[in-house]
Parts: sequence; structure tokens; C-alpha cells
Amino acid sequence: MEELTSLNQEKETQEPGEAGQPREEMTAASSQDPEPGLSEPPESQTGPETESQPNSSPPRSPQTKASMPLGDLTRPGASSPAFPPQEASSTPSSLALARQDLAASWQSGKTTSVISEAGTPYADHLEQSPDKGESPLHQTCQSEGNAFQQSQKAKHHVFGAKDVSYTNAKPKELEFDIFQEEDTNSNYDLDQTGPRASEMAPGMLEIAIQNAKTYLLKTSSKSGLNLYDHLSNMLTKILDEHPENAVDIIENISQDVKMTHFSKKLDTLQNENEMLPTYEIAEKQKALFLQGNLEGTDQELEDEIAENSLSNVMESAFYFEQAGVGLGTDETYRIFLALKQLTDTHPIQKCHFWGKILGLEMNYIVAEVEFREGDEEDMEEEDITEERDNGDSEADEDEDELPRAFYKAPQAIPKEESRTGTNKYVYFVCNEPGRPWVKLPSVTPAQIVTARKIKKFFTGRLDTPIISYPPFPGNESNYLRAQIARISAGTQVSPLGFYQFNEEEGEEEEEVEGRRDNFEENPDFEGIRVIDLVESLSNWVHHVQHILPQGRCNWFNPIQKSEEEEEEDEEKEEKEEPDYTEQEVGPPLLTPISEDLEFQNTPPWTTRLSSNLTPQYAIAVLRSNLWPGAYAFSNGNKFENFYIGWGHKYSPESYTPPVLPPVYQEYPSGADVTEMDDPTVEEEQAFKAAQAAALLPAEENEVIEEEEDEDDYD
Amino acid sequence: MDAESLLLSLELASGSGQGLSPDRRASLLTSLTLVKRDYRYDRVLFWGRILGLNADYYIAQGLSEDQLAPRKTLYSLNCMEWSLLPPATEEMLVQTSMVKGRFMGDPSHLYEHTELQKVNEGDKVFEEVVVQIKEETRLVSVIDQIDKAVAVIPRGALIKTPFGPVHVNRTFEGLSLSEAKKLSSYFHFREPVELKNKTLLEKADLDPSLDFMDSLEHDIPKGSWSIQMERGNALVVLRSLLWPGLTFYHTPRTKNYGYIYVGTGEKNLDLPFML
Repeated sequence: MEELTSLNQEKETQEPGEAGQPREEMTAASSQDPEPGLSEPPESQTGPETESQPNSSPPRSPQTKASMPLGDLTRPGASSPAFPPQEASSTPSSLALARQDLAASWQSGKTTSVISEAGTPYADHLEQSPDKGESPLHQTCQSEGNAFQQSQKAKHHVFGAKDVSYTNAKPKELEFDIFQEEDTNSNYDLDQTGPRASEMAPGMLEIAIQNAKTYLLKTSSKSGLNLYDHLSNMLTKILDEHPENAVDIIENISQDVKMTHFSKKLDTLQNENEMLPTYEIAEKQKALFLQGNLEGTDQELEDEIAENSLSNVMESAFYFEQAGVGLGTDETYRIFLALKQLTDTHPIQKCHFWGKILGLEMNYIVAEVEFREGDEEDMEEEDITEERDNGDSEADEDEDELPRAFYKAPQAIPKEESRTGTNKYVYFVCNEPGRPWVKLPSVTPAQIVTARKIKKFFTGRLDTPIISYPPFPGNESNYLRAQIARISAGTQVSPLGFYQFNEEEGEEEEEVEGRRDNFEENPDFEGIRVIDLVESLSNWVHHVQHILPQGRCNWFNPIQKSEEEEEEDEEKEEKEEPDYTEQEVGPPLLTPISEDLEFQNTPPWTTRLSSNLTPQYAIAVLRSNLWPGAYAFSNGNKFENFYIGWGHKYSPESYTPPVLPPVYQEYPSGADVTEMDDPTVEEEQAFKAAQAAALLPAEENEVIEEEEDEDDYD
Repeated sequence: MDAESLLLSLELASGSGQGLSPDRRASLLTSLTLVKRDYRYDRVLFWGRILGLNADYYIAQGLSEDQLAPRKTLYSLNCMEWSLLPPATEEMLVQTSMVKGRFMGDPSHLYEHTELQKVNEGDKVFEEVVVQIKEETRLVSVIDQIDKAVAVIPRGALIKTPFGPVHVNRTFEGLSLSEAKKLSSYFHFREPVELKNKTLLEKADLDPSLDFMDSLEHDIPKGSWSIQMERGNALVVLRSLLWPGLTFYHTPRTKNYGYIYVGTGEKNLDLPFML
């Protein structure tokens, strides 16, 4: 530091002497300045300036930004403490300081041409502009257009040589201004350097430090921070945390410190409510965990254990974990508790964790539920009333004589009764364990049929409309229910022999329909060797009914019901009838999955042993390739099905929207559509003549009138 | 996901049902350590698994000091013996784009693909040529595609040093909650492609040491990501809809993040219909 200052001192003491010559030129220059307003006013406006810089002009705002870095750059190897006597705490003064410095160095470069190579480019330039030969400074100030441009270039050379970082591109105009101002200011600055240089000797270091500190403490107008505090915060953070290789990550530390500052600022304005959902769900889930404690006496507990309506989720989750499927342990347990809550609040006979369907915003946790006998009637009534409403509204329409549309919507196929077919089970869904369970409506065949033709992502909100072609009858809850029905029918399997058909039920009834749809657990089931389950697909059977193309499990003849219509339209419908009456049949219940259809060279199932290392304790894992995400396991005695995925069927080909329905043919152009030409004059005259002739002989008007029509058509 | 914090990562990613059986976990923990030693990787990522009809491919990736440098990919069928895959080339991509359907699980399986090729230039005579594609080639190509399309990293987790290489940012402390809900806080874990096409105006606000990769928010089609807060905002899960099976998880305000792919290795071309 001392070296530096002494060097500067030397320079400064030098300058006044040297300045003698240029000053004359400069004054001349300023007198010839085409913009006297620029050079003159600073003297009168010195009031707001600090005492040490009485002569510097208050810079205009656009110049401040540009000239500041310029000033820093031009200082040859010295920062602000290099010129302590000119210290000032405010921006403009340091700016002026820079300017003065610039002017000084520049002048020394010009007049003496001693200061290194920096001077030379400038000198070259001087020689290249011979039009105004006497003095470069004079020249630059005199003519604005040409000379300024040139001198600007010269400046580029000068500073380029002095400081590499000057190469930062700066808008030319600003430079222009700076240059201009520097010129005008240099006069006054130079006047001042002499006397001040003598003052700065005592306590210079102290002042220099103060000066530096003041600069660092300057508050940024943009962020309200100052560098001094920032640096001290950074150092505090580094010393607190002691990171390894702090020098590598100093940028990030700086950023972190700034970021903490911002977040604090936010906190004062508003309460931090972004964590609220976390607490909300934690509060709800707390209820799940508290349930157990609320139970009263042991008697109730025993009853509950005896009841056993809830399947053992944790046990099957353990086996599925062996298979590499399933949710995390804690999430499974939360779901388990949520299922328990469901069985406690509803009259449920059997509850089973069906799986999880992923959605865009939220997911669905699906529970498969069977109500106790006679408990679900009240819930079904709502649907029936809805259907009636629809029927009434259609009938009330037009009564004028215009022909009505004779197109009738194809016979709506009624949905299956609860506890049968696709509606055998009731499904409850919730988005997260702890949130309320929502019962899904029962599924209609139309929904299944349409759902087969579309492929949509679930959003996670049950009331989302499904916008698709063909139009889906219902919202997302119906679509979800339809997909659940399809997935269940396709992928719910059990080891052969675990279920058997009911013996007691009247077999005659069943066989009329050609299929049996009731089964029960086989008490004599002895289990199957795991290795057999892995090696042969015929040891697995479907225990959910196949869904027919019609959308039902049990065939519904769409013509039977409309008997009255049938009699009326018997003749017309004769042709169509064979199409309808052909009953759709699918594989019966408890069909081995080895008979599942192969699609496009892809086997529908993949079996595997869960572990090759410990095969004696491994379980058989079954994975559906048709419904990716559907799994089943069996350890020989137990089995479980589970689905987790997006709820879509796999196809190696990409999805193709269904073909448009055929365009309805227009009415054929026949005798009842085409009309005659208008009657010609000749015809009318002939008709009149005939009338007149008829009137004369006889008075049988009426007869003729009746025949008029016929005559028209002639 | 980082091989070192595999167990925690698996637990976090389990919401999508993509777990590993205990024996697989244990063997991965063992074998990936050895992979790291033998191949001298800076970091080893467990990339995921591709479900085959007969067997699954377990995929791991080795990263060098520069995180964005081309990654080495290894596969294994039993989680113990790892084989290095060759780097993917354009040619492979073209070849394997013909192959559809599921992986078999046998690296030497040959897909046969009949192509019509012109024999005589003047006359329109075509001949059926059977092109054979090895499943290993397809595996390489698919992994490369998935990596380029949907590998995700949170903003700030990597840092570009002034000398060029990209390092793990040791001061990364996780995204804040408000940032975690935005797609713009996540980047593609690959060399930037779109960044060069951005206008100066868009680039103006970017931090060159952090924003040197492509952000997810400009992915095409819009809506190819599902972003969810799970466990009551304690976990962000991003699921790619374009490559169903890819799950990215991040616990806000912690360093836990990663992605895993468990799926069939097929692109979801039906995405526009499904949204």
C-alpha cells in the first residue's frame, strides 16, 4: 500500500508541472467546446458536492453507471485508496475522482509519451489525424463528429493496453458522453491536484481504510444489501459450517447467504403457510393411528377379531415386497389403517386392498368391498331415480304433425344387479390414506364398452369430465370404476383348486345360462407346489367373470324385453335379428390363464420365482403383460392380487381412435320424393275448356271438383 | 438414484410401486460398490430396470468427474455380474426404431424385421430383406433415449465450474417448497440442446453456473410430466408420461433426489390422446 501511495504521490506531484502545458490547450478546448452547457455548469452546481471535490460536475444519471467502472478500470493498478485525499463517501465524488485520475494518466500519456506502451497507440492516432495538427486535445474537443469518433478509437487503444478487462462492450454513446465529460472536467480536476496532494500525507492509511469501508457499506438500491454485511455474513457462515474446500464453493455460499436474506424478508410480510398441507394430512393420519386406543372393552376386541372382515394387508405386502412390487412399508401400513377405518364406519363384510391407480395430480387407493347382506339397498336407490328422470324427459317432446325422428337409440343394456357380474364388489377410493373414502358408483355396460375404446389419464379428481371420442357416459369416477372392472376381470387370478363352485345352488338354473357364477373357497385345498405355479400357467385360474363385448358378465338379450315392439316390426327386423340373438360367450369362471389369448406374439403372463438364491422359501410371482402393473403371488397356500399403475391396457401398437360411425344414407329418391312439373298454360286452358264444356251440359259440380286433382296430374 | 443411498431412495420412490425385492437390494448394494471400484467411477447410479418377458434387465450407470460427460451404462440380469454396454449411436437408433413390443430378457435375442428394399433402380422391384437386430442393441438405444428424454435433476444440484466440467453442488440444500412444485425447477440431466436456441432475452435471467441445462417446462408435448406432492408435501414425485415408468423423487429442503426407471422400455406414443 505504501508503495502504491508513494508512487501515486509522485505521479500527482508530477502532474501539476506537466499540466501546465496541456492546461492552456484544455482551456482553449473548453472555450471552443460546442456544448458549453456541459462544461460550464459544474462550477455553479458544486453545492451538493462534498467539500473535497468542489469542482467536479454532478454527473447526469446515465453517465454514472458507465463512468464508474470506467474510472475503476483506468486507474493503473490502484483501487480507491490510491487517492485518499480525494476521498468522499458519495458516488459522484468517487466518480469525479476516477475521472480526474483518468484525465491525469491520459494527459501524462499524451504530453510526455513516457507511460509505457499505452501512450503509443494514442500517439499513432495523433499522427494519423493531421487535419488539426496542433494539439490532440484541442482537436478532440473541437469537432464533435469526426474527431470524437477517432479519439474514441484512440481511447480504446489506450485502455485496451492498460487494462484487459476494459474490452467489455459498452454502448458507444455512453462512452461518448464520458469522454466528453472527462474532457470538460479535466480542466478543473487538474487545477485541484496540486494543493490536495500536499494534504494527504497524515493518517492516510486510516482514511484509506475508512474510504474502503464506506464504499463497502454502500447500500445497493436494488436489493437493499451492502457488500460489507454480506461478506461478514459469508465468512460467518463459512466459519460456522466449516465446509471442506470452501474456496471451491464460495459462489454458492454467497448465493445462499443472499437467499436467506430474501426469505426472511418474505416472512415479515406474510405468515408462512406453505407447510400447511403437511400438517393437515398429518392431522388426518393421526386419527388413523388413534383408532386402536378408542376401542372399549376386550369383548369388542374379540368380536372384531372374530369378524375378520379386513384382509391382512401387511402380510400380502410382505410377500409382494419379496416379489419387488408394492408401496413402501409405511405407506402400506397407513393404507392398512385407512382400510380398517373404512370397515369400522361401513357395514362391510369383506374388505380387500385392490391396488393403487396413478393419476396426474393425485393417485387413487382402491379398496374392494363386499357389504353385509341387505345393507346396501339405500345406496342403490339414487341411481334408479336418475334413470327414470331420463325416461320421462324424452317422452314429453313434440306433438305436432311433422314426422318424428324414427331413429331410436340402440337398446340400452341394463347394468348388472349389485353382487353379480361386474357389480359383484363395491369399490371405495381415496387419494391418500387418511382422506375420506368415496364410494364409486356401480358400472354400466355402456361405460365399459366405451372405456374399451378410449385411453385417458386419470387426474385424481373424481368429478373431472372425461372428454373423449366416443363420448364417455359419466365422469372420471365412472371411468375409474369401468377400468377397475376391466382390470379385475382380466387379472384377478388364484391357484387352481383354491375356489370351487357352489354345490348347493340349483344347478338347473345355472346351466340354463350355460355358466355358473358362484364359487366358494375349497375347504379341502391342499396347496400347490410353488415350482408348479411357476412352471405351468394352467395352475392359475381366473376367479372373476369374463366381461363380454356387451359390457356385462352375464348375457343380456337386448331384444327379449321389447316384445311389443318386436311384434310390430317383426317383418322389418327379420334381417337384423340373427345379429342380435347370437349370444356372446366368453371363457367361464375358473378358467386357467394358460388359455388366455396371446396378443401379438406377447404371452399374456410372466411367472417367476421371487428368489433364485433361496428357492425353497421363494414364492411364485405372476405378472400380467396385458395390464402392466397387475401382479399376483402365491406361496402355495395363500395368494393375493394387486394392481399398481396407470390403469391402462398394454398394446404393442399405439392407440388408434375408433372408426367413425357409418354415415347415415339419405332417403332414396323415389316416387314420393320427386314432384311433377308445374302445370303449363296449355294444360290449364285445356282444363278450363273442359270445365266449361262440362258445366254447360250438366250440373254435377261436385263430381267434377273431386276429379280436379286427377286432372291436374295429367 | 445414487448407489450409495439406494435404500432410502427406493423407499422414497416406492409410491409408484417400483420396488426391489430384498435380495435384489442387498445384491445391488454389494455389486455396485464393486463396480465403482473396478471401473473407477466417480459416482454410480442405479438407473432402474427394464421389464422383459422372461427376465429383467437391471441397469446401472457410472459417472465420471464431469457429471455431464457421456455416461457408461452397465446391465445385469442377476444384479451381481455387470456387463458394459457400448455407447449408443445414431445408427442403432434408426435400426431399433423398427422394433416394437416388449423386451425378451435375453441380450442375445434376435429381433427379425423384414424390410422392403429396392433391388432394381428403374423397375419397382422390391425384395424382402430380413434385418436382424440384437436385443442388446435395442437395450442400448432405449436407455439412451430415456436418458436424453427424461433424466431429471433438480436445479442447483449440479454446478458448472468456470473451467467447464460440471460438478455435484455440495451446497445444494434442496428446493424450497414453492420451487419444488414448479417444473421450471427441474432440468434434463444431459447436455443442453434447447438452451442454444433461446433468445438473449430469455437467457438474461439465467445464472450461468446453475442454469446450464434445459428446463423441463418446455418439454413437448406440454403436459408430459405429472408432478405430485406426496406424503403431505413432504415428497415431490415427478412421473414422466412420455416414458411411463420413470419416477423422479425429491424431498424438498434435503439433498435426497434421484430418478429410477422401471418399465417396459417403450415410449408412450398415445400421450396426446390420453391427456
